[in-house]
Amino acid sequence: MPEWWTYSPEDFLMFSPRVYWRMFELGNGALWPLPLAGQVLAVAAGLACLRTGARIATAILAVLWAFVGWAFLWNRYGVVNWAMSYVAPLFALQAMLLALAAADGAAAGRPPARRMIAGAALLAVAFAYPLLAPLSGRPLASAEVFGLAPDPTAIGTLGVLVMAGAGIALWPIPVLWCLFSAATLWTLGTAQAFVPFAAAALAPAAALLWPRPPPRA
Amino acid sequence: MPITRRRLLELAPLAALAAQPKRAAAGPPSVLARVIPSSGEAIPAVGLGTWITFNVGDDPALRAECAAVMAAFFAAGGSVIDSSPMYGSSRAVVGHGLAQVKPQRLFSAEKVWTAQGAAGAAQIERSREFWGVPRFDLLQVHNLLDWKAHLPRLTAMKAAGQVRYVGITTSEGRRQAEFERVMRDERLDFVQLTYNILDREAEARLLPLAADRGIAVLVNRPFRQGALTRRLAQAPLPGWAGEIGATSWAQAILKFILSHPAVTAAIPATTRADHVRENLAAAAPPLPDRALRERMAADVRAV
Repeated sequence: MPEWWTYSPEDFLMFSPRVYWRMFELGNGALWPLPLAGQVLAVAAGLACLRTGARIATAILAVLWAFVGWAFLWNRYGVVNWAMSYVAPLFALQAMLLALAAADGAAAGRPPARRMIAGAALLAVAFAYPLLAPLSGRPLASAEVFGLAPDPTAIGTLGVLVMAGAGIALWPIPVLWCLFSAATLWTLGTAQAFVPFAAAALAPAAALLWPRPPPRA
Repeated sequence: MPITRRRLLELAPLAALAAQPKRAAAGPPSVLARVIPSSGEAIPAVGLGTWITFNVGDDPALRAECAAVMAAFFAAGGSVIDSSPMYGSSRAVVGHGLAQVKPQRLFSAEKVWTAQGAAGAAQIERSREFWGVPRFDLLQVHNLLDWKAHLPRLTAMKAAGQVRYVGITTSEGRRQAEFERVMRDERLDFVQLTYNILDREAEARLLPLAADRGIAVLVNRPFRQGALTRRLAQAPLPGWAGEIGATSWAQAILKFILSHPAVTAAIPATTRADHVRENLAAAAPPLPDRALRERMAADVRAV
């Protein structure tokens, strides 16, 4: 890009905050009652990690990444932001990586308790994510829901990865999405930007700080 | 005789006079029109930009708001609408608005924006379908992107009657040297560039060159994407506003831009019908003279 130093993040923001938040409102309305199913799946993914290991949670996430990439990024966000036509395939790739991990299902040693708590906390954030809408003065109808909106889906995924001690290939796309979304939200002028940014920083930190035991033979 | 900034500004009242007889032809009497040098056609001196404001996707409520802005724009005597493939869904939203409003008078200004020169023709055709127009009035190479491939195509399209005018665009002073070179070396009907009461770099070279070469000038970012009017919102309007018939900062800023005789039209973007009417009302005499322009700029810098 020529004279790249003359560009600021604002130069890349091609839609208004109002258009951004109304995407979620229109999406929730069009897909109702799937937003409720998303909330149920967030709980299910957490319980699966705690009780039966990560295979079921990883399989759920594989479906959700494919769905969010197609239904939200490609069909809705991509209409107002042409950059999403490059990002949506990465969501499809993440879905495939998660599916492969679920199919492989290598039993891992149970991570340390602190790491389980950190992962559960991230999943809880993803579950509570719809509350950010009313807390920010937006209608609940425009809430971002796990399994339908990319931010809570990526944050919940990081929670599962922390709890499940999953392989390194599953990490880059959710972390990069959270950083990208934090930059977008920051440019839109909302403090909500700190939530995906904190998730992108804390989840890898928790995984590095409290490594899982080696796989059982 | 080389055209200096001083000389241009001395010519300003003459330019305004020259535009007078065309006013009735280009819109209601209240809208000042400016002449496209390469053809003599007059267009209203305030148009409508679509960056961000018209990128509302498939949202039916926001599309209806955009159509209402367009209806107010045409009713107030506007005709120039500017968009680009870079602006997300803006082209489709403009097309939706045109289908709703069915304006009698439209000056369609679109751009070609792709790094693959060979993809330009298909992109232009896609844009035309989005707008729902038989042909564009103006096609410009957006930000000079692959202009060496696109400009010959646009020139050939003009020769074939598939577009009426061709040009190039830049914003915020990017690629100025190359922009100037293309203005000197190529036959252009239009350029689009950033010019406002704080960003006046174009006065030094590009605006005099446009006047010298007979190139019409569309001015983008007149309000610095709204940042300028937001910054000025709390400041009282100085006494000189009355001298130029401006009732708001937005009108004062637009009148400052239009008082440069090399400027053909400013293309502010807005989501509000009342603002579009206010913007068009600024396209009317009196415009500030040279001394008042400097006072205005000093006052705005001081806020």
